[in-house]
Amino acid sequence: MTLRRAVFITGIVVLCAWTLVPIYLIALGAVGGRTVVNSWPKLFLPPADLSLATIRDFLDIAGVWSSALYSVEAAVLCMAFSILLGVPAGYALARFAFTGATAYRLLVLLTRAFPVAILALPLTVGFIRLGLYDTPLGVSLMHTALALPFAVLVSASLFQAIPRELEEAAWVFGCSPVGGFLRVVLPLALPGIAATAIFAFVISWNEVFAASVLTVRHKTLTAYLLSVLSESPPHVQFAGGFVLIIPSVLFIFLVRKRLFSMWGIANR
Amino acid sequence: MADIVIDNVTKSFGSFVALERVDLRVADGEFLALLGPSGCGKTTLLRIIAGLETQSSGRVQIGGRDVSGLPPRKRGLAMVFQNYAVFPHMTVRQNVGFGLRMAGADAVRIERQVARAAALLHIEPNLDRYPAQLSGGQRQRVAVARALAIEPAVLLMDEPLSNLDALLRLEMRAELKSVLREAGTTTIYVTHDQTEAMGLADRIAVLHAGRIQQVGPPADVYTSPATTFVGGFVGSPPMNFLTLPVENERVRLGALTFASPAGCEGRIVLGVRPEDLEPTVAVEGFPFTLRVAEPLGSHIMLTGETVGQQLRVVVPPETPVRVGAAMHLRPRHGRIVWMDPTSGAAVGRDLSKAAGKLGTEAASN
Repeated sequence: MTLRRAVFITGIVVLCAWTLVPIYLIALGAVGGRTVVNSWPKLFLPPADLSLATIRDFLDIAGVWSSALYSVEAAVLCMAFSILLGVPAGYALARFAFTGATAYRLLVLLTRAFPVAILALPLTVGFIRLGLYDTPLGVSLMHTALALPFAVLVSASLFQAIPRELEEAAWVFGCSPVGGFLRVVLPLALPGIAATAIFAFVISWNEVFAASVLTVRHKTLTAYLLSVLSESPPHVQFAGGFVLIIPSVLFIFLVRKRLFSMWGIANR
Repeated sequence: MADIVIDNVTKSFGSFVALERVDLRVADGEFLALLGPSGCGKTTLLRIIAGLETQSSGRVQIGGRDVSGLPPRKRGLAMVFQNYAVFPHMTVRQNVGFGLRMAGADAVRIERQVARAAALLHIEPNLDRYPAQLSGGQRQRVAVARALAIEPAVLLMDEPLSNLDALLRLEMRAELKSVLREAGTTTIYVTHDQTEAMGLADRIAVLHAGRIQQVGPPADVYTSPATTFVGGFVGSPPMNFLTLPVENERVRLGALTFASPAGCEGRIVLGVRPEDLEPTVAVEGFPFTLRVAEPLGSHIMLTGETVGQQLRVVVPPETPVRVGAAMHLRPRHGRIVWMDPTSGAAVGRDLSKAAGKLGTEAASN
């Protein structure tokens, strides 16, 4: 084995451990109960008396289910807005050479550089005025702002990967521009758009800061857990964390291939 | 069936002029090849006819109807793209039937016309496959079948064979010719390959730098090019050009004397095809110093020089040649053309035959 290969494999192991060990520890804490969480030194093997009791306890906490529902509501709305706004913008970026296209591309990314913390107060005031404060719709709008840059850039690269000639062939053989898009471009881009949608969903699902600031009673799951679990015993916190992770990990796992091609675009 | 009239079409991208006042008429059922090097504007012209590009000025008529402002779908034409552009998410059957479905044809008619187009291009066994499962040549057939299935009045082809390997290209070329002859469709075929254009077309339009240099039947374009560009671009090896002085309305080359076309002073360019030169004896020809001889089986290609200018000659394979030896050549009867050295345009084009005859008469005196 050459040195290069050794370094390469070590890198992979470190990266995997970086991601997997915390998830594993959280899962262990969630199913192992109070004893495992409090034991020292940490046991890396699961204890004999595994039980879902803690997770069940966690799910029985008042408000968990309703806040999960708000989370889903906000995430679905965020997903819909990101696709409805991001896909046309991506199409425009991919197909039309307009003045300032590069600047626009950069600007879209720059919105991510703007710290949400600075926006929090004016946003809160604005949302109260508009009646959006403390609603899943309000949260979803904020999350759309976070997810939109990805939606725009990813769908732009999706459309760029679809040869223009396919669309032109559709026009020549009887399609209007909209018909050509629906019959030829959209079916080809659909898996990628689905991945983008799921990514937007996960961004919204995981986001905690804006959700905490913009809600009081209708908190999303992350915001709710942040406020409730800070007073709970550690093993319940682990259970909460574990329940939160599952959908994200699952979704990201489903669309992992698409996301890799998405990072490829980031170099463009 | 329809004729195509391109009337004074200009296309500019910013300050770059891609097409400059192009006029072209294609008769009903004719096969016209648009020939030119890359960047000459031939694809742009085709896309303007298709409606995929908008001309800066000028008009396009198809079948007597002005289509200048119409979108592609309303122009009644079909197109074969350079990279085939078959829809990857549809089976071959769906691809071939696409245009008919869009036109709202009933299922029976779609079925019948898809079957006919598929039979014509021998793709019946692949009808239920997806393009990804096909080779490049098969995809090309699908693209052509898709275009023919709608029985278009006009068929546009943009370098359809350029992505195929040499052998397949030769095969597809012959097949295309017979298929299109049978269909009788007015066809415009864009290519940079002069053999393709010569072999397929009824007429060739040679484009260079956004202008049409010459339009005519392949044989005419080949034997009497309108410009030095056409002579150099059409034919392989290209036409030879020798710049010679004019003295007292006579042009002298070795033992040969030609009457120069009327009104020429100073210098003139003599154009002659490599295969139109034949070895002869010193008193009947001009000297030629042979540098390289390439025996190519069917013929031998000789490269050398005469009066300090490069010359290529194609001679029959049995001709005795010796590198470094002095040879003498003369052009065949009526096979030389005269070009203006500054503009590159042919001068006294219809005089060229007479001039050739005169030349050989002078030589035999």
